[in-house]
Amino acid sequence: MGLIGKSVIKAGGVERVTGKGTFVADIKLPGMVYCAVIRSPVARGDIIAIDDSSCNRVKGYLGLFTAKSIPGNNVIPIVFRDQPCFAAKRVNYHGEPIGVVAAESKAIAHTALNRIKVTVKELEGLIDPLKAWGHRKIKLYGDDNIFRHSKIRRGDVESAFRECEVIIEDTYTTPYQEHAYIEPQGMVANPLPDGTMEIYGSMQCPFYVREAVAEVLALPLSDVRVIQTSTGGGFGGKEDVPSLVACQAALPACLLKRPVKLIYERDEDMISMSKRHPSWIHYKSGATADGILRAIQAEYIIDGGAYSTLSPVVLFRGTVHSMGPYRCENVHIDSYAVATNKVPCGAFRGFGSPQILFAVESQMDRLAQGLKMDPAEFRRRNLLKTGDTTSFGQKLSWSVGAKETLEKVVEHSGWRNHIPESAGDKRIGYGLSTVFYGVGLGAGGKHLARTGARVMVEPDASVTFSVGTTDMGQGMQTVLAQVVAQELGLPFENIRMMPTDTSRVPDSGPTVASRATTMSGNALIIACEKPRDSILTEASILLKIEKHNVVIDEGIAFDRKDGRLKVTIKEIIKNCFGKRMPLTGDGWYNTPETSWDNETGIGEPYVTYAWASNIVKLAVDTQTGEVEVLKISSAHDVGKAINPAMVECQIEGGVIQGLGFALTEEMMADSKGKLLNPEFSTYIIPTASDVPEIEPIIVEHPYPDGPYGARGFGEQPLMGIAPAVANAVADAVGVRITDLPITAEKIWRALRAK
Amino acid sequence: MKIKFRLNGRLINADIPGGMRLIDLLREDFNLTGTREGCGKGECGACTVLLDGKPVNSCLVLAAQLKGRAMVTIEGLSDGDTLDPVQRAFLEATAVQCGFCSPGLILAAKSLLDKYPDPSEEQIKRAISGNLCRCTGYSKVFKAIKMASETHRNSK
Repeated sequence: MGLIGKSVIKAGGVERVTGKGTFVADIKLPGMVYCAVIRSPVARGDIIAIDDSSCNRVKGYLGLFTAKSIPGNNVIPIVFRDQPCFAAKRVNYHGEPIGVVAAESKAIAHTALNRIKVTVKELEGLIDPLKAWGHRKIKLYGDDNIFRHSKIRRGDVESAFRECEVIIEDTYTTPYQEHAYIEPQGMVANPLPDGTMEIYGSMQCPFYVREAVAEVLALPLSDVRVIQTSTGGGFGGKEDVPSLVACQAALPACLLKRPVKLIYERDEDMISMSKRHPSWIHYKSGATADGILRAIQAEYIIDGGAYSTLSPVVLFRGTVHSMGPYRCENVHIDSYAVATNKVPCGAFRGFGSPQILFAVESQMDRLAQGLKMDPAEFRRRNLLKTGDTTSFGQKLSWSVGAKETLEKVVEHSGWRNHIPESAGDKRIGYGLSTVFYGVGLGAGGKHLARTGARVMVEPDASVTFSVGTTDMGQGMQTVLAQVVAQELGLPFENIRMMPTDTSRVPDSGPTVASRATTMSGNALIIACEKPRDSILTEASILLKIEKHNVVIDEGIAFDRKDGRLKVTIKEIIKNCFGKRMPLTGDGWYNTPETSWDNETGIGEPYVTYAWASNIVKLAVDTQTGEVEVLKISSAHDVGKAINPAMVECQIEGGVIQGLGFALTEEMMADSKGKLLNPEFSTYIIPTASDVPEIEPIIVEHPYPDGPYGARGFGEQPLMGIAPAVANAVADAVGVRITDLPITAEKIWRALRAK
Repeated sequence: MKIKFRLNGRLINADIPGGMRLIDLLREDFNLTGTREGCGKGECGACTVLLDGKPVNSCLVLAAQLKGRAMVTIEGLSDGDTLDPVQRAFLEATAVQCGFCSPGLILAAKSLLDKYPDPSEEQIKRAISGNLCRCTGYSKVFKAIKMASETHRNSK
């Protein structure tokens, strides 16, 4: 397996380091129009008037486009169909789009935007999810403002708690987290003379964008072609919301019959695009004297915002992950996604699991402490292993590397071998977390759990391939090119991935849920079968050996038994073309079945799981409460690392994004639902100066249904950092912080209260 | 207004509107797309260019301020197809993920190494702390800058 497991240099890397114009903001088309979005000034209200009469004297102003201009349905279809493209009568969150202005330049569009007069009659809104839940007068969704209620019922929690030696019960809260991809959202809509529409832009899910644009413009899917441009970070923030951005550009493009460009301003992006759901978690768990996790009872509430968007599936994933990677036979979980008059929350790396795992892993440490047991040992006794059945009743038949990840971080971090260190006012602490991640869409999105691929070998032995999933920086393009090169026995340099384009492969679902490597990798292996067979057939003729004895690798075909007998694949391919043999292949991959009973929480929600453990070493200043993170060891069972350097980079990047969630990141809303800190100077993400030593550790328990044993894991590195930090702070200074982020002020207050 | 300046080694005479931002001059008039706009407020560093060797946020600089000065953008770093050692190190160290912030990071690193060929970890962190990256977690960026520093020293 020459190329599998090799850290080849990034495909498309040279364009990145030389600054080539492959991003959406770089696109310039003749006659291009620019637009800007008109947004609601209040969290809830009735639109009385949108008046652009003062724009008519602005030279270069091209018009106002609102809900009334929409030729199709005013809806962004996601799970349900409650979100409009533009608010028509009622606005439901501060910053909600109510129209766009179009102009000959970006500057004119912004001048017009400032002149538009929007009259809205403000209404009382629901800002706090705990008050919105079942509100008697204000109905935002259904009768009770609940988008979805999920449950897990297993065993008998009440009697199990009676057997427990230690019971811990507490409330945990987590705030909005902003994706803060460095490239803002943007789209270009290009109407073609034949009546079709081309969309170029920054996105994770071209097929979602296509569906939304077709719906809004009343076009058949065949008449909308969506092409992903280089995408400057996603993290879930470019899953569903690019559909809104695309429709905002496509509507004026369709009506003006000119190409339209829309690039978001940073504050506009932060105010109006999706976020990680704020959460409120009440968690009770208990363990018996022998260190066995006996019972879990939890209530998990996420603040969905004004529209349901992805909240039902975010809640599904959060619910499945609400027991952590442990065996537990008595479980009672109720989780709710609640509607409020705030920006709709959606996908963000971890997808509803980081919040609940903050509670799960904080509880695990507190139970261990109650039992006077080492937290690693307590986890060891309860961790799932191959052959076990999960709390939701799924038998894990293979590749559960949870325990190995735990042992690896314990070994590498110096866990508990430390003599209590202290220098002046600083106290050192170690904190552990163990988490898991259901790979792929699972039962929450199983109708989308398929993907297509296409491979084309050219006469000169160069190859193009197309997939329906996207690269947003995570490295999919490189890893998939490695798979194709390996399957066809060609050098990596011969392989080029085409930009992801809805016209090249069938609808392959979204690029989310850490699914791209597994899904598109499998589809590509299938797509390579036909060209690979032609190459092997021709090689066997040229080498005068049987086909099963032909080995192809890095551009050479040779005899398995006699390595001296060789022929170049270039020559083979030339012959194949001469003989008109097929050198193109299509692949289509469906995942094995998944299931979930929403009433009992029993089923097989995901086809496989990734596993991880983290240990954070940090110092707390007892005078100021400030935290200095010294080292993070993070071990992940990824099945098989196709490109180990890129796996490491995903671990390091996720860990630092998790560290931001743990320590500094907090998007705040005022009492009227307006976001207060939509900029990098007030929403604090980690900089280079905040980065401790990070030790990424790769564990490989192959996933039998994955390409070369690989399974997705890209979200997991973020997920366990916040609880590990909380546990390390508790270890260092004995205070337990239960609301994120863990700021110096909170620690200081807790220390004073001790 | 008419100004003269050096752009990636070339002498330029330009007639520009007084209020124009440097980033717009580069992106719109010269089609130098490697200078990227991430925030427009000098907070993210994606639009970093080198002005007389020093990194500046081109969204906060007026084009008029170029008068008589020398500027380098990411496009001026490589020599034809030959990458600068810093660019090569970013590729070899896997320090690039989405690549949107990479030009700014590379130029900030270049400026550091020109001044301090053998920087300490602290100097590296400080030099790029104005360049936000959300993908890599920076560890491999530190590694890349150290690699480039070694290449630089070995070539002397």
